[in-house]
Parts: sequence; structure tokens; C-alpha cells
Amino acid sequence: MALPLAFFAVFFAYPVVSIVGRGLHQGGSWQLGRIGDVLGDGTIRHVLWFTCWQAAASTALTLVVALPGAYVFARLDFPGKRLLRAVVTVPFVLPTVVAGTAFLALVGRNGFTDQLLGFRLDTSVWAILIAHVFFNYAVVVRTVGGLWAQLDPRQEEAARMLGAGRFTAWRRVTLPALGPSVAAAALMVFLFTFTSFGVIQILGGPTYSTLEVEIYRQTAELLDLPTAAVLTLLQLVAVAAILGVHAWTVRRREATLRLVDAGTTAHRPRGGERGLLAGVLAVIALLILLPLGVLVARSLDVPGGYGFGYYRALTSADASGGTFLVAPLQTVWNSLRYAAVATVIALLIGGLAATALVRKAGRVLRGFDALLMLPLGTSAVTVGFGFLITLDKPPLDLRDSWLLVPLAQALVGVPFVVRVMLPVLRAVDDRLREAAAVLGASPPRVWREVELPFVGRALGIAAGFAFAVSLGEFGATVFIARPDSPTLPVAVARLLGRAGATTYGQALALSTILMLVCAASLLILENLRTTTDSSGEF
Amino acid sequence: MKSIRRRAIGALVLATAGATLLAACGSDSGGRSSGAAGSTSKTVTLVSHDSFAASKSVLAEFTKETGYTVKVLRGGDAGAAVNQAILTKDHPRGDVFFGVDNTLLSRALSNGLFDPYTAKDLGQIPPDVQLDAGRHRVTPIDSGDVCVNYDRAYFTAHKLQPPQTFADLVKPAYKNLLVTENVSTSSPGLAFLLGSVATYGDSGASAGWQAYWKQLKKNGVEVVDSWEQAYNERFSGSAAGKKAKGDRPLVVSYASSPPAEVVGVSPEPAQSPTGVSTGTCFRQIEFAGLLHGAKNVAGGKALIDFMISKTFQEDMPLQMYVDPVRKGATEPAVFTKYGAKIDHPTTLAPEKIAAERDNWVKAWNSIVL
Repeated sequence: MALPLAFFAVFFAYPVVSIVGRGLHQGGSWQLGRIGDVLGDGTIRHVLWFTCWQAAASTALTLVVALPGAYVFARLDFPGKRLLRAVVTVPFVLPTVVAGTAFLALVGRNGFTDQLLGFRLDTSVWAILIAHVFFNYAVVVRTVGGLWAQLDPRQEEAARMLGAGRFTAWRRVTLPALGPSVAAAALMVFLFTFTSFGVIQILGGPTYSTLEVEIYRQTAELLDLPTAAVLTLLQLVAVAAILGVHAWTVRRREATLRLVDAGTTAHRPRGGERGLLAGVLAVIALLILLPLGVLVARSLDVPGGYGFGYYRALTSADASGGTFLVAPLQTVWNSLRYAAVATVIALLIGGLAATALVRKAGRVLRGFDALLMLPLGTSAVTVGFGFLITLDKPPLDLRDSWLLVPLAQALVGVPFVVRVMLPVLRAVDDRLREAAAVLGASPPRVWREVELPFVGRALGIAAGFAFAVSLGEFGATVFIARPDSPTLPVAVARLLGRAGATTYGQALALSTILMLVCAASLLILENLRTTTDSSGEF
Repeated sequence: MKSIRRRAIGALVLATAGATLLAACGSDSGGRSSGAAGSTSKTVTLVSHDSFAASKSVLAEFTKETGYTVKVLRGGDAGAAVNQAILTKDHPRGDVFFGVDNTLLSRALSNGLFDPYTAKDLGQIPPDVQLDAGRHRVTPIDSGDVCVNYDRAYFTAHKLQPPQTFADLVKPAYKNLLVTENVSTSSPGLAFLLGSVATYGDSGASAGWQAYWKQLKKNGVEVVDSWEQAYNERFSGSAAGKKAKGDRPLVVSYASSPPAEVVGVSPEPAQSPTGVSTGTCFRQIEFAGLLHGAKNVAGGKALIDFMISKTFQEDMPLQMYVDPVRKGATEPAVFTKYGAKIDHPTTLAPEKIAAERDNWVKAWNSIVL
């Protein structure tokens, strides 16, 4: 417990408290009057209201669209399932600038729907909501689907045998078991949409603004730290409230579940399931594959036909006009290294935290559970600027250290690890642990032989999330990325900021590569996971 | 310790009669007295924004001449980079900051970001871009003009003259053609607003620039959040905008955007697909300065000298799409062939911008958004 706590304190609490303190404590006295000023501002209140309701609407819409997907991925067998599961996660890690561009090709002016069906959704609330579904689809499919695949289907079958209808059996048996993970997924989607930044900026136009956008403007553009500090506090309070409600609802529903190997629960679709599968595949094709396809097509669309010209231009530092001192392609390698380190840190910290939370579920620790989620609800610019002003003197002079990037990325990865691991760890029957302990196993051995086989799968999912989040992390990285080794998303943003056909093409090509790297990493992680599962069966 | 450091730097500055001599011996005393561990390195750190770029060969040239290696730290867009530098001013991340422009200059100077340094070749820089001439806290490095760009193909096809001035943009012939950027989130957006203030004056809600923007709004100006969106998505003239099927033939961008559109295009076209409305320009000047509290003072000074040298100045245009400020620095052929010459750009004093910007942005928001 000590390690996660220390990590959290040094790399989150200290930087954020410092930057907020700098904003509210100016000229030798506390400027608490600013809180009233900012809250009394009509524009800010409007921003707060919009932030809340669009997040609620986006979360509801995402659950409606993605829950059938979670079922299909968990319980049905179909060719290409693993590949597809990796692909639906791609939007989640793409830089929003790029994904937003692709998305506009779908619903924007002269886009797919505009030309085919005569309607377009750019600069409307609908575009924001649908884009949020596009980005967060994988969160639901992976979090809920991960647990769903491990629920013993025989329990539902038993209920039906005893006379329950199909729906009743699902509602009485499966739904309560899934409850915590549905809540966890909804919570994550809510947090992401509540703190939405890029989507709002690109698809909403300048009239829509969220708290996160406002914090960025006040900090990075206007240097109005007092206002930014008040907004940061406001966002933290809101997020803490959400987490509190969530903890309260989940605690009452958590139960020990009968988990089985995910490989045995899926079956070929039969009857009505074929229709469901077709529906889910159609949604994925339209909502996710189509925008991604547009992106790939544009990256290949060189002057005078289709080809790999933009990709070739990525291999030399000079072709990008010196924006980078290294060939842009090298950023792929940078990103992979950072993400690998970030994943290891996130698994270590998150794993320890989750285990501690399950073992000693005291009141204090439960609060810590919520605390670990706070980084997800905190503006990247606050964390990034906080890092710059706090971790700058010995013994922790990390500003010039490469470690700063994976540390910032791990901060966002840890909550995923904890969220994914907790339901599974809690579902492990305590009696198994006790039995092993009574038979003389040491605590590490209990963990290795009793818990690991169950959590192997969750660990894989958690690692996948942490890795993907780290690959795509942009907000905090852009402020601290090292000069000679920019990450992929940072490189894409830099290329997009320059005029000219070649640089734009390079940006698209690099995004496509990011997409492929991400999909490939997730596929590899899924395969690793299966090995863990089978080895855990003895 | 801080006072010791200050005194040491003060002494150094006093001794700056012969700048060359100083560059040779100053690095040791500057580094040691700053008290930071192991700082007498041969590295000089340049803090800048995302758009900073220089050829590898030019940076190698600097190392060959001075023995210092340049390390570049970039931090977000121009505004974010300046603000980061201000936040970390007690413990700066590097030795030289590059990228503060005339719209942000007052904020940087009033926060005491820089120590004075008179660059070696300052005589080669025209006085009209030396906005801190009396005190030399910053040295001008480049200038660039924010102007409306037009899509040549559109205006040819519609047998319409492209607009040339601010006044043209509100004419009915150009209704619904212009896309610009949000002034609170985009620096070209802000520059365009400043250009209109410089042209029409600041005389209340019913006259001057505010009246102008009301007309512009009535004439269907579209506002998006960033230059990337305006130029890459909405503008019909850029290569990216064509892919994205943008349909606005007028966009607020830079005078150097047309040359950028032909770089790497083969065969070389007779003219750029886009042109510049030369009467709509606002001049931005970018400065570099020696960061107060820099560890490698001598290296920093050498770097500033180098940045206004002919070598660096002639490398800049194709790297950052800006104009050199040094007299006699030649621009690359692609600039002279495809670029536009802006003879009378608008501009505003940095102090005036610093004093009024927030009010202007607020008023703009209520008029346009």
C-alpha cells in the first residue's frame, strides 16, 4: 500500500496542489474571493452545465450502443474476433485531432452522411455525443466484456431450467454479477467525456466549451492561474462526487462470483444471436471502421494517385523540414519504449493498490480507491504544468529526465489497472485464499497460485489499457516530451501545425502507423493473455 | 544563493565590453556561481514552442564554431510556451527562450523573464523590429505576417477578383467565403483581430473594429478553434483542405503559406494554388532572450548571436516559414517566387496589446460567437 500511496502523493497530489496553490495564493495572501467571482460568472456556470449534461448523455449513449457489443465479444465466437476487438480500441488511443478529422469525414460537411443521406452533424451536440461513443466504445466492450466472458453460463442455464424466462434469467443472474463492471465502465466513460477536450474543440466549434477546455485556456493561453485553480478545484469536487456515488452503489452489489476460463464460455451464434451479431458488426463498421478507413485512404492519397509516398517521407529527418531532428518514423520506437515503461509502472502500482484494497477493505482504504481515479478527472495541463514547477529541484529534479513521460502516462494508466482488476479480485472466493493459507502457503504463494490464475486475464486487459493509454497520451506529454525523442501523438500534432501537402500527408501516415502499432500491441497482449489463462488451469 | 547568482551575472554583464572575449571565459564563472550541480557543460539549452525548427547541419555549424551543442526543449504552442517559461522563471528549464512575439512580449518582459544582452550583430537588424531597443532584453529573430489567403482556383472559376483589404472582406461579393480562428485559442486568430483594431481603431461598441466585426459576422464569417482546423479542414485552397473537401476559399493564415503549398510538389507549378490578400496583414515579430537564471550564460549569448547570424537566418524560412530579420539575408527561391511581398502590414505596440487584449477578446467573443 505504501508504494501506490507514495506514487500518488509525489506524482499527482504534490504537483496539482502546488499549481492550484500558486493560483490561489498570490501576493502573500489567499485569494479565496476568486472562488466566488468565478462561480458567479454566467459563462462559467454555462460551461459547467454543458460539461455535466453532455457527459451524462454521452455515457448513456455509449452504454446503449456498446453493451450489445460487450455481449457479442464475450459470448459469441466468430472469425476475426480478436482482430476486431483490437481494432475497436484504436480510436481510444488515436490523437483526437486525427480521429476528429476522420470523424468529420463521416458526418461533417461534404462527408459520407452529407453526400449519401443529406444530413451533417458538424458543430452540433450530436457530433460530440456520437464521437464520444466512437472514442469510448472499447472501454465498455473491454471492461464489461472481460468479466462477462468469465461468468459461468451454467448459472443462467440453471435459472432457466428452474423455469425462468430468458430475460428474467439474465436480469436475475447475469446482470447483478455484471453490475460492478458496468458501473466501472460507465464511470470511466463519464470521466472521459466529463473531461473531454479535443472532441469538443474539433467537433463542437468555438461555442461549446467544457471545464477542461476552459482550464486549458486559462492556464496555457491566458496564464490566469487563479481562475484556472478555481476551475480545477471545481472539476476535482465534481469528479470526487461522481466517484463517491459510484463507490456507494457498487459496494452493495459486489459479490463473489464463479469465474471460469473465458475460452470455454463463447459459442457459435445461434438463432436470434445471429441478428444481434450482424447488428453489432454493422454498428462497428459504420461507427469505427469507416472513419478509420477514411484516415488510411487519405494517408495513401498522394498527388497523382495512390501510393506510399507520405510513408517514405517519414523515414528522413529532412523531408519534414527539420521539425524533428530525427526521422519522424523514429517516434514510433520512442512511443513504444515510453509506453512499455509506463505499463510496467502502472501494473505495479495499480496491481499493488488493487490487491491492498481487496485484502483490507477498511473505510480509509475505500476512500483511496476513489482517490486513485482522480488523475483521470484532472486536466492534463494542470498535471503537466504542476510537474514543471514541482519536480524541478533535487532530490526530485525530473524535468529533464526521460522518466517524466512514462510517469505522467502511468498516472493515467493506474486507474484503469485498478478498475479492471478490482471486480475480478473481489470475485475471487475468499475461502480459497483462506484454505491455501491454512494449508501453509505464504502470502506471495497464495497470490501466485490462487489469485494469479484468476486475474491473469484481467491483468492482460489492464496491461492492454495501460499500454494503449500511454501510446495515445498527449495532453501531459506535450508539455514534458523530450526534445530529441517526441512521442508519436506529439509528432503528429507538430506535423499538423505546418502548412503544405507533404507535412499533412506525413501526419496522416504517422497516425495510420500509430493505429497499426496500437492494434498490433493489443493483439499481442491478447495472445499473451491466453497463455496465462491456460497455464493457470492446473 | 539567489543574490550571489544575481551579482555574478551582473558582474558578467558589466564586463561585456568585448562580447567575443566574454563568450570564451564567461561560461566558467557563470556556470560555477549559479551553484547548480555540473552545469558547466558544453550544452546550451534552447526553450521554445512546437514550431521551432532548424536544419541539422546548421545546428552542427554552431557546435563547430562555438563548441556548444544545442538542446531544444519545446512546450506546446507559442502562448503555452511563454506561460511555462514565466511559471518556471525562478528555476528556468534552459538558457535561451525563443518564440515570444510582439503580442506576448509585454507579459514576458513585465515578468522579468530575461536578462539584458546586446547581441553581437545587432547593427544588422533594422531598428523597426527592435521593440526593446533601449534595454536589449530580447533580440528580434524573425518576422511573419498573418494575412488572409485565397484559393486561386475558386476565384478564377467564379470570375471574381480575390479580396485585397480588410474593407473588401465585408463586401457582398465575398459573403460566406471566409473562415478564421477563435481569438482566444489561436494566435493567427488573435493577430487578425489585432490587424482589424490597427486598421479601424478602438472606439467603442458602435464604431471602429467592433463595428467592422459586426459587418464581418453579417457577411458570414465562420469561426473555428484552431489554425489546423481552419487551414487543413475548412479552406478549399490548401492540399489538406482539398482532401477534406473544405469549401471556404478564404482563410486567415500566413503570408508564407503559399510557398509552403508548393514545397515538395513536383513538377514545380507556375504559381502556388493559393494567394495572399496583401492588404489584410498583421506583422508578428518573434524574439529570443537570455533567460534570467540561466546556467550556461556564455553559451546562451553565443546562441543568440548565432540566431541572428547569416547562416541561421537564411536557414529559417524553409524551416519555420518566417522571414529573416537580418539585413542582407537572402530568402530561398521558393519564397521569392511564390511568396507575396507585404509592404504595409498593420501592427500595434506591445504595451497597447498587453493593456487591452483581454477587453478586446471579451468584446470579440460577445460580437462574433
